[in-house]
Amino acid sequence: MGQIVLKQVSKSFGDTEVIPPLDLTIEEGEFVVFVGPSGCGKSTLLRLIAGLEDVTSGNIEIDGKSATALPPAKRGLAMVFQSYALYPHMSVRKNIAFPLKMAGLDKADQKRRIENAAHVLNLTDYLDRKPGQLSGGQRQRVAIGRAIVREPAAFLFDEPLSNLDAALRVGMRLEISELHKRLATTMVYVTHDQVEAMTMADKIVVLQAGVIEQVGSPLELYRSPRNRFVAGFIGSPKMNLIEGDKAAPHNAKTIGIRPEHITVSTESGDWAGTVGVSEHLGSDTFLRVTVDGIDEHITVRVSGEITLGYGDKVFLTPDISNLHRFDEQGLRIA
Amino acid sequence: MARAITTKQKAINTAVIWTLGLVMFFPIFWLIILSFKTESDAIMAPMEVLMSGWTMESYDAVNRRSDYFKFFSNSVIIALGSTFLGLLIAVPAAWAMAFVPGKRTKDILLWMLSTKMLPPVGVLIPIYLLFRDTGLLDTRIGLVFVLMMINLPIIVWMLYTYFKEIPAEILEAARMDGASLGKEVLYVLTPMALPGIASTMLLNIILAWNEAFWTLNLTAAKAAPLTAFIASYSSPEGLFYAKLSAASVMAIAPILVMGWFSQKQLVRGLTFGAVK
Amino acid sequence: MATQHSRASARLMISPSVLLLLGWMLIPLCMTVYFSFLRYDLLSPGTEAFTGWDNYYYFLTDPSFNDAITNTLSLLVGVLLVTIIGGIGFALLLNLPAWGQGIVRVLVIAPFFVMPTVSGLLWKNMFMNPVNGVFAHITLAFGGQPYDFLGQAPWESIILMVSWQWLPFATLILLTALQSLDQEQLEAAEMDGASWGSRFWHIVLPHISRAITVVILIQTIFLLSIFAEILVTTNGGPGTASTNLTYLIYVQSLLQYDVGVGSAGGVIAIILANIVAIFLMRMVGKNLDK
Repeated sequence: MGQIVLKQVSKSFGDTEVIPPLDLTIEEGEFVVFVGPSGCGKSTLLRLIAGLEDVTSGNIEIDGKSATALPPAKRGLAMVFQSYALYPHMSVRKNIAFPLKMAGLDKADQKRRIENAAHVLNLTDYLDRKPGQLSGGQRQRVAIGRAIVREPAAFLFDEPLSNLDAALRVGMRLEISELHKRLATTMVYVTHDQVEAMTMADKIVVLQAGVIEQVGSPLELYRSPRNRFVAGFIGSPKMNLIEGDKAAPHNAKTIGIRPEHITVSTESGDWAGTVGVSEHLGSDTFLRVTVDGIDEHITVRVSGEITLGYGDKVFLTPDISNLHRFDEQGLRIA
Repeated sequence: MARAITTKQKAINTAVIWTLGLVMFFPIFWLIILSFKTESDAIMAPMEVLMSGWTMESYDAVNRRSDYFKFFSNSVIIALGSTFLGLLIAVPAAWAMAFVPGKRTKDILLWMLSTKMLPPVGVLIPIYLLFRDTGLLDTRIGLVFVLMMINLPIIVWMLYTYFKEIPAEILEAARMDGASLGKEVLYVLTPMALPGIASTMLLNIILAWNEAFWTLNLTAAKAAPLTAFIASYSSPEGLFYAKLSAASVMAIAPILVMGWFSQKQLVRGLTFGAVK
Repeated sequence: MATQHSRASARLMISPSVLLLLGWMLIPLCMTVYFSFLRYDLLSPGTEAFTGWDNYYYFLTDPSFNDAITNTLSLLVGVLLVTIIGGIGFALLLNLPAWGQGIVRVLVIAPFFVMPTVSGLLWKNMFMNPVNGVFAHITLAFGGQPYDFLGQAPWESIILMVSWQWLPFATLILLTALQSLDQEQLEAAEMDGASWGSRFWHIVLPHISRAITVVILIQTIFLLSIFAEILVTTNGGPGTASTNLTYLIYVQSLLQYDVGVGSAGGVIAIILANIVAIFLMRMVGKNLDK
């Protein structure tokens, strides 16, 4: 249960085509993350799956049956909105009960499911409060609870952590991942934060301007990005992308090397340069180095112990086995 | 400008604004005073008026009139009737425009606003004649219809702005939770929109109660509301200040009270939501 | 958010309002225009006859017309000036820290909720009456001769009454707009060395300009059609000294039973309203982006 297949699905708003025809398969039980910059169509894609928007062309199949013409309620999916979209005039209990009430479940069933969800999400003490009396994280859980009780074929998450502060985000991230392991239900998750994508996904779908740039596991995307865009998008800090003289010797238009794959030495190395601003995080230090002959600044990760500073002269050596090469079209050269 | 302000400055401010307030309110204040005086006292010089004795006789005189209750109930029926009728028609329209906006939604709204710019006198004759010929002249139902029509743009606009404030995501959530359109409206939309609907009702009752063009021209003995009743004091017999005051106070009191509660709604409704 | 189902039902839900308003506008409007070309006397029904532009000619060349137009416009301009300038002043004052702001606000807003017939009779009798009115008593107390407001300056008196009723409206709207001004903007300007006058002109005024525009627009709609106050106080007199366009048409249609001329007047009133509206829209168009 919970296999979703998109066949040649496209979406236009008026004359503007925001999503050209695309194909995608989401397997049962997978945690799939749609990620990409603002406006790339990830939320739109999610809403197409949910049924909140109509497809302009193409087909959506859920568990082998066509769902394209079905209204949201009939698709068997549950959605957690960015703003949680809780019903402000209903208590937490009533909020969670609502979908069950709509489905016509009898009171006993409703009670059982609600208490179950409340237990899983630690909401039992808050059942009689109203959303206005809850914190951001608690509201988040109520939204999830409302989705869980429906026992859907798949969960859809639309940037659920964007409205939370940084500390809370990390905690909720783990909770959602744990929920996935526990329920083993398909989850489709939209975010612009590639850290969330990398840490939570079984499979990541990278989107740009409505086009799928690459689909793969986090490590696949990290190790073998298909093109410049994916290479620059996945990984934090961003991969260094270099063109011109330094790229030519490798028979590529652009070469890419991640900050963590460059060795730093004060004595010798391939590239000579000067340290600019450095960011000390304690565990790591990130140096911004201006290298002779390269226009762009190179970001390098070094151990937190290193104490290089502004103006210091250094030598950088990229690890060739981790060097990425891209051609004229920005596509990966094997 | 929100920093520590001297008590002296605050006192000056207070004196200034209270003076303003009392000056603006004085006519109404005076009206209330006179309503509790005898007729002969009511026409005296201000200081003497204040010194003279209080009485309820003017209120009694007005209430004892056999037709006073009729005027009052006409006002109530017309105000409530036009409001409910207006809501009945406007709620679906505002809902549709707020949640299913089309290309022409903004145009339709602006057009509705423009119908309010039509001077009523421009259609006085046809409406008068149509009402006369269909027996609607001097009927409450006729007036309910007219007042509903002239306030419909305001009702639609106000509801539209209130509906737009309901986050679309909440309604989408309801849809995903399996609610049909009807259930969505019943369980989610209406409870959330209730304060907005109440505010709209309040404002409309006020506008209908105070309307003084159609209520004066389309009514005679049977359907005349308070506006027309008060107007009859413009050709009085004998001393009448105190009775006029009592009648006036009773006519405006409900609206003054409602007005106190509905300042925010007034701003939203009469500026078509343009000022927040 | 809109799916196929929704669009069709949406159209269905909007249609009653649209159809009713369309009918409400078009049917009487067409009838007015139609009547304006007829010689139609309510006292002798059945004798209507087509009479070309006679009614318009008659209406426009009637000496009362000039008074009516002048009065209509002078009230509009007069009340707008008083309410806007007064409204800004009141709003600024009510925005200052003081005790009892809430109550004062209610006191200032109250006149707007008084029905026009009460307002008219209140001013005419209790205040402006040259024998028993408050103004007369006060003048006498200072040894002066009471002034017959409605007899000697009828239109100005009516302008006063109407201003009293609408000043609260302008104040309320402008106060609301004023209170939405971000204090930080003003503080930044103060730190930049701007005087109070400068801050008012460059920051406050632009911020409330939209509200001012709306006040002008809404008030114009209502001010062009002032009727009840005239009816209960002066009946448009003495002569036509306090007649406006609305009252003139009323007199001709329902008192003189001349439907033809009254209708021509009605059409002219509508045209005037449109001209004023277009003029206003253009003048303040940039502020209105709904």
